[in-house]
Amino acid sequence: MENKNQNRVQSIVAHVLLIILSFMCLFFFYILIINATRSHAQLQKGFSALPGGHFLENLKNVVNDGTFPMIQGIFNSLLVSTCSAALSTYFSSMTAYGLYTYEFKLRKAAFTFIMAILVMPTQVTAMGFLRLITKMGMYDTLLPLIIPSIASPAVFYFMYSYLQSSLPLSLVEAARIDGSGEFRTFNQIVLPIMKPAIAVQAIFCFVGSWNNYFVPALVTQSKDKMTVPVLIATLRGADYMNFDMAKIYMMIMVAIVPIILVYLLLSKYIIAGVTLGGVKG
Amino acid sequence: MKKRKSLSYAKWGYLFILPFFLCYFIFSLIPLFDTVKYSFFEYFRSGIKEIGPNFVGLENYKMLLQSDMLKYGLNTLILWVIGFIPQIVVALTLAVWFTDIRLKIRGKQFFKVVIYLPNLIMASAFAMLFFTMFSTNGPVNSILMSLGIITERIDFMGSVFGTRSLIGFMNFLMWFGNTTIMLMAAIMGISTEVFEASELDGCNTIKRFFYIILPMIRPILAYTLITAIIGGLQMFDVPQILTNGQGNPDRTSMTLIMFLNNHLKSKNYGMAGALSVYLFIISGILCFIVYRMTNDNDPDGSKAAERRRKKEERRRR
Repeated sequence: MENKNQNRVQSIVAHVLLIILSFMCLFFFYILIINATRSHAQLQKGFSALPGGHFLENLKNVVNDGTFPMIQGIFNSLLVSTCSAALSTYFSSMTAYGLYTYEFKLRKAAFTFIMAILVMPTQVTAMGFLRLITKMGMYDTLLPLIIPSIASPAVFYFMYSYLQSSLPLSLVEAARIDGSGEFRTFNQIVLPIMKPAIAVQAIFCFVGSWNNYFVPALVTQSKDKMTVPVLIATLRGADYMNFDMAKIYMMIMVAIVPIILVYLLLSKYIIAGVTLGGVKG
Repeated sequence: MKKRKSLSYAKWGYLFILPFFLCYFIFSLIPLFDTVKYSFFEYFRSGIKEIGPNFVGLENYKMLLQSDMLKYGLNTLILWVIGFIPQIVVALTLAVWFTDIRLKIRGKQFFKVVIYLPNLIMASAFAMLFFTMFSTNGPVNSILMSLGIITERIDFMGSVFGTRSLIGFMNFLMWFGNTTIMLMAAIMGISTEVFEASELDGCNTIKRFFYIILPMIRPILAYTLITAIIGGLQMFDVPQILTNGQGNPDRTSMTLIMFLNNHLKSKNYGMAGALSVYLFIISGILCFIVYRMTNDNDPDGSKAAERRRKKEERRRR
């Protein structure tokens, strides 16, 4: 009986804490959304819990602002994130397949190498990277944000674990007997099997690339090449006191909302994906 | 015949892994060598004049040790600790609650979705949002005022404590959901028989946590810790944007990567190189630990055995 009471108290405490934490997570978005619908003058008067009617007006201001080309930024971000996600998942699957299926001399060495650099921060090579892409004429373009994603050790590791659990080598053997070329086997038989893993990793790569700030800030200079996070950062650098506050909130909202929408639609898969990575780690 | 065939397949193996390694070689290894090389050179820009590269040996490394680098290292550590300790405590608690069937938490899926949400938010936009919200005439101040909690507006980002707490709080918010979900998976990996047996033996919640759950999820807990340290070392977006790259007040929230970024922006390649090498060594050690963990099924097994043995010895004495 005592035990049951104890459980009940604990259950209440748990729910209260969970509600507080959820409140903390959602409260800021609430303020953001409310403030994005109010005008600058209304914002100066102080906070109100109810939305104002200036949502479309603010949105129009953001879209038409020439000094902070948000639409171009979103387009750049979309381009970079989509290409990065596609390249990293495709080539990591390919590498994982190569190391998983074929026997060759350097196989073990190659695997060990990738595992060793699994969590190496990109920042430590940033200086050489900056010099390299300047020499290659890729400074202030979007290419240095896209091409390096071909080599993503973390994605590779995930794909490799997935192959281990779901690709029987006999299947590859069977395809060979049926006269399928090696690349065809990979593209038409192995890739479809890996679809779930590719989907999960594509989402994470997309989000990671969308949110990335350090590298884009380093390699882009002109405003029409900037991605969304860099634009947001220049917003902070500008003399923000003289700024239309409503516009700032709207810009932040435009930067955040696409990801939130994707997340709400795919939350089930995303959370399952985190868990998968966790168990494997 | 068979041997020749396997040899001809080896070619395909190399072909499949070629793009990855080629790309890594060009965009990571060459830059790494370049970075290490220039760390030994005096090479910077003053005005429009470019000075160097002149070979100076370990001069850059020495100069960095005498500069504020160690202070920034300490800042990074403090900011990380402020965020990480509440994060791991809350994540462990939530993970235990979520996996406890007797607690009957309602809306589990909803809570999971909500607490993971901040992890996906663009850190720079999140920092900008916090900056506007916690500024002296921002909504947080006006809410606190209208509730009558404070009578004067608080300058959150004017004090060391305020700025550091804000950065720590944001890191906490962004990562506790992720950690919770990771630890939950670890706890769910424990066999239910163990829990059932412990219940029959009269094990209460607290005992269950300390004597069953904690020891059994230790490998994943250790992995979480190390990856969090690596993440902490890279801390950049949040303090950079919250303080506009200044690390205000008085550079107390300047992190190592912000310091590196400043050198890169001012094109001081020698110093940036040396700083990168320092960072490389630290992350190399951490990478090695992660490597050992991911490639060993029981990374703590040997240590645990030794500890047990020592305890046994002590008892015998």
